[in-house]
Amino acid sequence: MIRISKLGFSYGKDVVLKDITMNLEEGRIYGLLGENGVGKTTLLTILSGLKPAMSGTIEVDGTNPFERRPSTLSSLYYLPDEVLPKQCSALAFAQDMGQYWESFDTGKFVEIMKTFDSDINQRMDCMSLGQLKKAYISFALACNARYLFMDEPTNGLDIPSKAQFRKAVTKYTSENTTIVISTHQARDLEAIIDPIIILDRQSVLLNATVEQISEKLYFDYGNTVEPDALYSELIPGGCIQVLPNSSGIESKVNIEALFNAVLGNKETIREMFKK
Amino acid sequence: MEFNRNKSIYLQIAEGISEKILSGELKEGDRILSVRELGAELGVNPNTAMRSYEKLTADGIIYNQRGIGYFVADGARRIVLSQMRQEFLEIELPDIIRRMKLLEINPKEVF
Repeated sequence: MIRISKLGFSYGKDVVLKDITMNLEEGRIYGLLGENGVGKTTLLTILSGLKPAMSGTIEVDGTNPFERRPSTLSSLYYLPDEVLPKQCSALAFAQDMGQYWESFDTGKFVEIMKTFDSDINQRMDCMSLGQLKKAYISFALACNARYLFMDEPTNGLDIPSKAQFRKAVTKYTSENTTIVISTHQARDLEAIIDPIIILDRQSVLLNATVEQISEKLYFDYGNTVEPDALYSELIPGGCIQVLPNSSGIESKVNIEALFNAVLGNKETIREMFKK
Repeated sequence: MEFNRNKSIYLQIAEGISEKILSGELKEGDRILSVRELGAELGVNPNTAMRSYEKLTADGIIYNQRGIGYFVADGARRIVLSQMRQEFLEIELPDIIRRMKLLEINPKEVF
């Protein structure tokens, strides 16, 4: 369980996170969304113990990750957006780094690399960005850490690998793994992230499960523009609209439309999802 | 798996399983994938797969044997058939009739 209360962080005078309060429950795959510069990466680095909370509190299983206790650090893995090419093979890297995570499983690493069609014996400094990313994703999953924080994991992945990634995230984690994935690639990850968190520069705009979202909001694909639409956008063949759900029918949540609806109606959304 | 844009993903997954029961690909008494296996196969959140199974269980189409897994229930095919017939008659058919009127298609041209 992760508890974040009134968390704030700034780079000099530039306030990035101001008042972040939320709990992250065990076994979920959270999608962390927000416009550029709202502090998604900063939040992930604070969760991983790389940066301190400047105000408010953050607890991972009751401990502030910035204390950097070995027990906390070995229970989590942070996969940054940009990863370093090491001067060795993927397998050598995994075996070397794997020593720091007691549940790291070499067999699992090899298996995941295989599902990505990647060569474990290829040197990392000879890999393309996508290949390197796949090696790191495979390692991240093979660590079997209780908390997995991934920053834009699908950046650089080719089209088949994106589907492989979605499958691997479910296949190679357990009911006890809590995953937070920050992304702008809403379509890549639409089916896999639930709950969805949307941040702005001030606070958490939304933290709700797909079930809660589809109870409160209706995603309509049609030709007639509804006057009470919170958001509408023309698409080929009609338009997609986000409306308050008055019928009780559950539609498929379209994350891009959700994101735009939330950003354009912050107060209305906050009221709607107030518990 | 590609999902239809309008319907909730969990309902689409439940329908997919129902159709396999209807076609005979899944038979009554057959064991089906676990929630996580299904999630991994389709690349969807396990919570979504769980909701599909909860719906199918509530409808009496599958059942959970604690610690063993999910199975296709006895009489599942009959339930699926009546559900899908009802959905066709109440939702899909009126839509087809509306389209046919709009396009001035005489039923005799089709049947």
